[in-house]
Parts: sequence; structure tokens; C-alpha cells
Amino acid sequence: MTASDFKGYRGKALSTLKNFNAPVWSDVVIQTEKGKYKGIILPRSETADDEHIVIKMPIGYNIGVAVENITEIKINGRKEANYKIPEKEFPYDEGKPRVKLFGTGGTIASRLDYRTGAVIPAFSPGELYGSVPELADYCNLETEKLYGVFSENMGPEQWIGTAKAIGAEIEKGVDGIVIGHGTDVMHHTAAILSFMVQNSPVPIVMVGSQRSSDRPSSDAALNLIHAVKTAAESDIAEVMVCMFGPTSDIYGLLHRGTRVRKMHSSYRSTFRTIGDIPIAKVSRDEITPLRKDYKKRRKDKNVIVNPVFEEKVGIVYYYPNMKPDIIDSMIDNGYKGIVIAGTGLGHVNKPVYPALKRAQEKGVAVYMTVQTLWGYVQMYVYETGREMLDLGVVPCANMLPEVAYVKLGWALGQTSDLEKVKEIMLTPINGETTEREPSNGYLIYQGGLPEVEEFISKYRK
Amino acid sequence: MKSFIFKPFEEMTPEDYAVVGFKSGLEIHQQLLTDKKLFCRCPAGKYSEEYDAEILRHMRPTLSELGEYDGTALMEFKTKKEIIYRIKRETVCTYEMDDTPPFLINDQALDIAIKIGMLYNCNIVDELHIARKQYLDGSIPTGFQRTAIFALDGWIPYKDRKIEIVQMSIEEDSCREVSDVGHYRTYLTDRLGMPLIETVTGPDMKTPQEVAEVNELCSALVRSTGNVRRGIGAARQDVNVSVDGGTRIEIKGVPRIPMIPLLTYNEAMRQWNLLRLREELHKRGITENTFESKTEDITGIIKSSHYLPLQEAIDKGYKIKCVVLRGYKDLLHWQTQTDTYFSREISDRVRVIACLTTIPNIIHSDSKGDTITSAEWQKIKKHANATNDDTLVIVWGDERDTSTACKEIIIRAKEAAIGIPSETRQALSDGTNGFERILPGADRMYPDTDLPPQKITKERLEKLKAHLPEHFWEREKWYKELGIPEDTIRPLAISKFADLFKKAVGGWNINPKAAAVAIIQYPKRLKKLGYDPNLITIEMMTEILMNYKAGLLSRWGMFIALKKSLQHGKFYPELLPRPILKEELLSIIALKKKELKKMNPLSGEKKQKVLMGLVMNEVKVNIEGKVVAEKIKSMEHK
Ligand SMILES: [Zn+2]
Repeated sequence: MTASDFKGYRGKALSTLKNFNAPVWSDVVIQTEKGKYKGIILPRSETADDEHIVIKMPIGYNIGVAVENITEIKINGRKEANYKIPEKEFPYDEGKPRVKLFGTGGTIASRLDYRTGAVIPAFSPGELYGSVPELADYCNLETEKLYGVFSENMGPEQWIGTAKAIGAEIEKGVDGIVIGHGTDVMHHTAAILSFMVQNSPVPIVMVGSQRSSDRPSSDAALNLIHAVKTAAESDIAEVMVCMFGPTSDIYGLLHRGTRVRKMHSSYRSTFRTIGDIPIAKVSRDEITPLRKDYKKRRKDKNVIVNPVFEEKVGIVYYYPNMKPDIIDSMIDNGYKGIVIAGTGLGHVNKPVYPALKRAQEKGVAVYMTVQTLWGYVQMYVYETGREMLDLGVVPCANMLPEVAYVKLGWALGQTSDLEKVKEIMLTPINGETTEREPSNGYLIYQGGLPEVEEFISKYRK
Repeated sequence: MKSFIFKPFEEMTPEDYAVVGFKSGLEIHQQLLTDKKLFCRCPAGKYSEEYDAEILRHMRPTLSELGEYDGTALMEFKTKKEIIYRIKRETVCTYEMDDTPPFLINDQALDIAIKIGMLYNCNIVDELHIARKQYLDGSIPTGFQRTAIFALDGWIPYKDRKIEIVQMSIEEDSCREVSDVGHYRTYLTDRLGMPLIETVTGPDMKTPQEVAEVNELCSALVRSTGNVRRGIGAARQDVNVSVDGGTRIEIKGVPRIPMIPLLTYNEAMRQWNLLRLREELHKRGITENTFESKTEDITGIIKSSHYLPLQEAIDKGYKIKCVVLRGYKDLLHWQTQTDTYFSREISDRVRVIACLTTIPNIIHSDSKGDTITSAEWQKIKKHANATNDDTLVIVWGDERDTSTACKEIIIRAKEAAIGIPSETRQALSDGTNGFERILPGADRMYPDTDLPPQKITKERLEKLKAHLPEHFWEREKWYKELGIPEDTIRPLAISKFADLFKKAVGGWNINPKAAAVAIIQYPKRLKKLGYDPNLITIEMMTEILMNYKAGLLSRWGMFIALKKSLQHGKFYPELLPRPILKEELLSIIALKKKELKKMNPLSGEKKQKVLMGLVMNEVKVNIEGKVVAEKIKSMEHK
């Protein structure tokens, strides 16, 4: 027998299974000093201890049986199920728009391998139709798997590949694009695609899920429905993130790719537009614009794809008592661009200045953003700010730190002339900096305040 | 074959139940007495109808391990319910609303669960694996319940046999349903997430009475730990019933044990009568394969009906449809339970699955009640091309719900020719039961990937074992030997003072009856006087029994001292009455004798009684009547 026959087992547990010739998926009766257990031996998580064997009992529950008590394992057979998402052919309707769904690794539709907990993604149009049949109400769907990586592993290589794939699809005349993506770094990808793919004639909608689709309460299906509806029907030709508005299954929000940020580690409505308002609301039935200044859908195919990225760029999150060695080490390691998330209006303490001076001398592009997320960098207000300007630190207005990071990588990918980089950085492409912050761009309702509670109690959250 | 006819409930004998092959088992849900919930740190046991906000969700079926949706899942999806959760900030956090992953399992709850498992003579599992058990009715916002088996293969003694405890799980409680009308179902979330154990017995009970008795035993066992919640909803049971040739049917959410005998009787009767109905269908040549039906839209045919529900339907622009069940004449009026007929099985399905919740939601041509006129029936029959052997079922509602309803009517009618469908049923207050949902399979169990397996260490088990209460049935045996009154035995055996009683009687040699009365009857009496007997602490009771032992309190004195202790929240020595010395008692007796003389002359015997009463009035807190009587007697002889 091979190692895969004892998947996940090691040490004492592994030798016990080997002793009794009992590989995983064996249907067994385990005799122990405490009693008898009947079930199917399951693979074990590799991070779990080596003292137990996991079985699935006939009633469906799993338990771990301590190896030290086992006196015998009797094998009655083998039960390995094959998993398959039921495929149903995605119906074609001539009158419906053509939507392309790109997969990057986040699972939007999937089912769980009930024993190992592994998620089996549903991705082909047939599989998706089998699990979210509503999609056929909006479009003719085509799918293409670009990558199979976890959200946190999305990086420049994948950004470039995705941008090119989008460009190619637009050339082919698709009516809308949906990109399935893990949520953790979805806003990084949304921002970089906003720069790499400009002047798109069709909607480019990023979507994911906060609760995996193997659970009945998942937000995945509704998010996907909203995204597909947006791609198929909306007249918003921008890179957007489409995720839950409230935690209720009521509507999703379409956030501009350059102003959106994941703001809660687990909530469904984790994505927020920062320092501005979302573009629109979307439900199963309608898309309700919240602003008018978005880029409109067009008939042409004049998209501009500019897929470049300089990887030697980083973000430094300033904290009190930060030493200059942090920045020095980046300079020494050949970084070409540094985005600082400064305090307040965009500050770092004086001991860091020598490092900034060194960066200036070495031709490293240094840009300032604010860790308050809301509001503008304002380096003229205080003397210290002015000193930093003299050290070549460029204020990024109200650009979000992550957005500044990807934009700087993109700008340095195009040129190493710092003046040109500055021009690229400070010329807004799609709302990454805005001239003004609307007064409702900072409506954060703080729970617990009577008037806020009274207001939100009237709405399903 | 099924020639036995069910007698009225009161007349059924154990032999009758043996004839139909009655078998029943229990699944008992018991909330544990913990400070916090099972997988988050919200307070447990704080109930309120008030709420601060509402959240709306839908439940979507997920694929089962076989790549298919399971029966319940599909049913719930067909119903397309909007689920509304009412939440109160104090009792619900983002965990319960499925916006935050679970925290590690509450150890206090797990300890209590394991203790109870040990009392059930179970084998405690070595490693706990949290599973997700799917519920698509919305009763848990995640769509699944987090649950784990912690004990297996136990037993409790009953009559001359052992009742098997198949398994025990620890799990989070679900929401409380507020309403379920049309496509909206509303839940309160205060109970959600509270720790609970489920104890599953073998199908070892042979009569309805036995089911209730075994349930009482189990209930006594868990209460004997003092670590479980009491009161409405703290313990709920599901009862499984089957008869020979029938199907194991789960009756869910039986709130009170005394309801069990009638409920299980009715379910046994329902299964038996459905089997007889199948025989009748087969006799008529109707089987799964020959079953025939058709559906007709009769909205236009019946638009001038005077039958109110149909009039209203027409006013609302609803569809009216008719299902023809070929050869079913009179069978919708086939009795299934007490005063309940096969038409109810169909109406229930229409209510639950098609969301047509306003009753009546169907009418049919086997009905003896007043619905539409016979002329109207004739008209429909003709339109639908039905014969006198057929049964017509009429249903109304909006387009989509009505077509769902027609499909369900056909499904349920056809199932009658196959057997008894696997479903869970809901206990009704009249002792009958109604359809709740299709029985979910083992397919709905998934490992919870959010939480790691948890080893239950030997040290933990040993520590818990050391503090395990004695089995209450062992205590009861001893109490019987001691001559404790029958009605006091069980309450004493499961009381938190049972250990104290043992110490008082075994160690301090206190009169067992006096101790039993003080521990069980006095708190009851105090409750009637408006005190909360739950506030009586072990310390209070210990002090009082010890002072009784020391002769500083009489039995009556114990009651008074208990009352005063409750008033002060604690026992203080100052609450004891001033001791009465022997000489003082003698002088009281002498004084009372003088008073007695001033009264009307009485007969000797009566005189003694009155004297006794007068003296006891003065001294009863300190001295037992027996002692006073002896003293009076000895004074007579002087
Ligand atoms: Zn909570």
C-alpha cells in the first residue's frame, strides 16, 4: 500500500493502520478496550495529532478513536465515494447577452468533500447551472479557468494574465465579464485591473463569497447572480467589486475598483467604498445607480490593456517609534518604490527622515498615503510635512494605501523616470484619487448611538 | 393482513400494541446550565420577545455527498421562504448570524455533557469532531447545526431490562419560531447557540406508556446532576415510532412528557391505517405504476361560487386548480388518526411545501363538510373528465404556489400506494401530529472545517468522574429501605441536596424522614408562600440540619429557620430561636395548665389535646411535640 492509502496519518496512528492493513476508506469495526466502533476510516488532517484514527459512523458523525486503546480492526469492505457536481447543460438563448466568467481560484460555487472538508469547485457552465440555475435567466455563460490559487497568492503574474485575458475577451465581443476571486485581496486585484484595463466598453465585475458555497446560508450564489446580472445588463463599463450590501440577502453593492476595501475579517458585507459612495445597488431584479458619473457601456471594442508591473515595490505601515532601518533595508534590497501609510494627515516621525533622504538620493519613489483610510494626505499643514516634501515624499491625496501600492508598481513597470512615474501616479485613472470627498462619503454609523440605532432598526441589516 | 382495528386510546392493551408491532425510541434534547453559549461568548438563557433589528436570509440547498440534493433540501428550496431573524444585541453576536467563524467549544458545557454521558454508562469518545448537520428550514442561520458525538453505547435500567442509549451529542440550540405565514418565516434568535445535549435511546419501548416512563427516567437522570436548565423549552423530545411494516417516523418537539402516550398512540394508528389504505388501493388495482392523475385549471368554471375561500381567491385574481385522483373515491376520508383523515396528509403538504398556509387550503369531493354545491362538483367533474370512482381535490392560490400544490397533492396521493413516506412530523396539542418535513438522510452531515478535532484527555475524564453524582436509582433503593414517603423519593434522589441527605442520615444520624421533609417538602411549602426555593443553598440546608441534630431546632423550627434564611439570603446563628431549658418548659406547662382550668370544663382526652396545643404554640420552634407530650405525661404522674 502507498502513502496515499493512509492519507494524513503519521506516527502511531499510521503504524496502527498499517498493522491491521486498514487503509483509509475501509469499512471497519474497531475493537478497543473501551468498546466497539463501526464506521469508515477517513483521511486525517495533516495538522492533527498522531494518536487518533478518524471514522465516519453510519449516522454520519465523525469521531476520533484513540490508537492506544485499539485491540483489533476488522475490515468489512471499502467505501470510497466519487464526487461529481451534477452537470446540466447551460441553456442557450439567442436573445441573451454573452457573459464570460473567469476563475482565478476563489470558489464561488462548490461543494464540500464531506470527509476531508476539501472544497470541490463547480466551475464549468454546466456545473454552475447545476448549482445556480438562476444564472440562465440573465445570460449565455461561458467560463474559463485562469488560475487555481488561493486569494492571498494572487500577484503580479496573475494580474497581468487576467488583464490580457480580459482584453482578448473584449476583442471577441463579449457583453460583460465576471471574475471569480477570493475576497482577501480582491480589492488589490480590482485596483490593478482598473489601471491595466482601461476604457473597457463592457462591465468587468469581480465577485467572491464570504461564506463558502457548501453551506446553505452562503452568500456565494446571490453574489454570483448579482455579478452576472451586472455583467449582462448594466450600463456601467468599469472594473467593479460586486458583494453584499447589508448582511441580509437583499442586495449587493457595486463598488468602484479603485475605491473599494475589505473592511471586516468575516462579515458578508465586508466590502466598502471608502471616501466616496458606491456606484450602484444590484438585486435579482434591478440595478439602481447611486451616482451618474460612471463610465458607460459602449458598442466598440476600444479597450486599452497595459499589463506591466514592477515587483520591487512595497508598503510601509508607519507606527510610533518606527526606526529608519525598515526603510533602509528596503533601499538596500533594491526596492524601487515605497508607499507609506502614514498617521493622520500623512506623517512619520523625524528619526525616519535620514532614511527618506537616502531613498531620495538612491532614486527610490516614495509616496505618502493615510492609514486613516478616509481623508486626504495634507503635508502642508505642519512643518514636518513640509520637511518630508523636501525629502521627495509625494503625497497621494486620498488614494487608498493598497491602491497606491499597485498603482506605483504599475507606474514603475512602465518607466523608471521618477517624474513620469509621478505624473502617472497623480493623474487619476478611475477615481483612485478624487478632487473632493462628498459629505456622504464618510457615513460610518457607529452602533450604540440612540439615533443610529433608531435609524437602522427600521431596515433589515 | 392489517385486520386489527385500533381501539380508542384508553382501551388499548400492551397485547394490542404487540399485535401491531409498536416500537418507539426517544431523542431527548436537554439544555445545559452554562453561563455562555456553546460556540460564542454570548450569555445563555436570556429570553426576550423584544428585538433590536431584523436580518433577512434565504436557505439554499447544497449538494450532498452523492452529488445530489437530498429530499429535505429540495423540499425546503421549493418552498422559497424568506427567513427573518429578530435579533437582540444583548443575546446575539456576529457568530450566531453566521458573520463570524465559531470560537472554541465551551468547556463548561462539554464537562457537563461528559458527566451526563458517564451517568448513562456511556463510552466517552476519545476525540471530538464537530460536524455540521444541515437544516434548511432557517432555524439556524448558518443552515447547519454544529454538533458532535461525545458518548456512545450506554444504558439505563428500566423494569427488568436495560434501555439502550445509542449515542449522545453536544450541539447548539436553534431559533424559536415566531410565525410561518406564506413565504415568510420569522424566528427569534435568543435561544440560538445555547448548549444542549441530544440523547438517543434504542427503539426499545413497546407501549406508549413505556415511552413516557423511560423519558421520565432520563429526565430524572439529567436533573440529578444539577447542571441542566429547567423550565419551558429547556427539555424537548423527539419520539420515533414505527409499527410492523411501517416506517420509522420522528415526531418532533414534544414539549411535555405526559403528551407522549397519546401522540405515539396516534402515530402508530396513523401508520397502521395508512398501511390498510395501501391495501385498499392495491385491492382497487392502484399501485405506484398504475397510479393516474391529472390537473385542470378550473378558475373559469367556478368563478361564481358562493364558497367563501374560493370567492376570496377569485377576488384576489388567484388560480383555482383541480387534481383528479383516479379511483380514489372516498379515500381522502380514510381515517388516519383520531378525528383525522387522509386529506389532512395532503393538506399538510400543500401548507408546508406550497406555502398555502391559510386553512382550508384544499377541498375535495370525498368531504362530508359544506364546501361547494353538488352542481358545482358536477360541473368540475365534467370539465375534468372525471368518473364517479375518482376523487377531485381543489386548491387555490397564486400561480406558482398553486402549481407546486398540485404537484404535491399528486406526490402524496401516489405515496399512499407505496407506503408510509419518511418524514418528520410535528406534535399537535390534541395528541395528533402533522407533517413537518421530509426526513433528511445521513447525507446532511459534514465535518466542520472551522474547528479542529478536540482530544478528550484521560485526566479530564478522571477529574469529572471524581465528582460524579451517584446514580439516582441507587439512591432510590436506599430511600425505600429508609422508609422515605413514596412521593418524596424521586425528588430527593435528583435533588442537589441528595449528597447532603446522605451525609445527614449516614454521618450525623439524623432521622431520615425529618431530613427528607426538610429538603423536599419545606422548599415546596415556601414556594407556595412566594419564596424562590432555588435560592436555598447547600450551606443553608447544612446549617439547618446540623442545628436540628444539635437539638436547637425542632422540625417546625427547621421550616422557620429556612424561611428566615431565605429572607436574609443566608443562614445566621442569630436566626435560631432562643433555647428553652428543661425548667422553662416545665413552667410553661404549669402556666398553660392554669389557663386551661379557667376554660370550660372539657373531657379528659380533649383537655390533653388543648393543653398540648397551648404549650406547642410557645415552644414548637425548639421542641418536638413528642418531647412535650412526654413531659406533660410525666407531670401527670407526679
Ligand atoms: Zn454570540
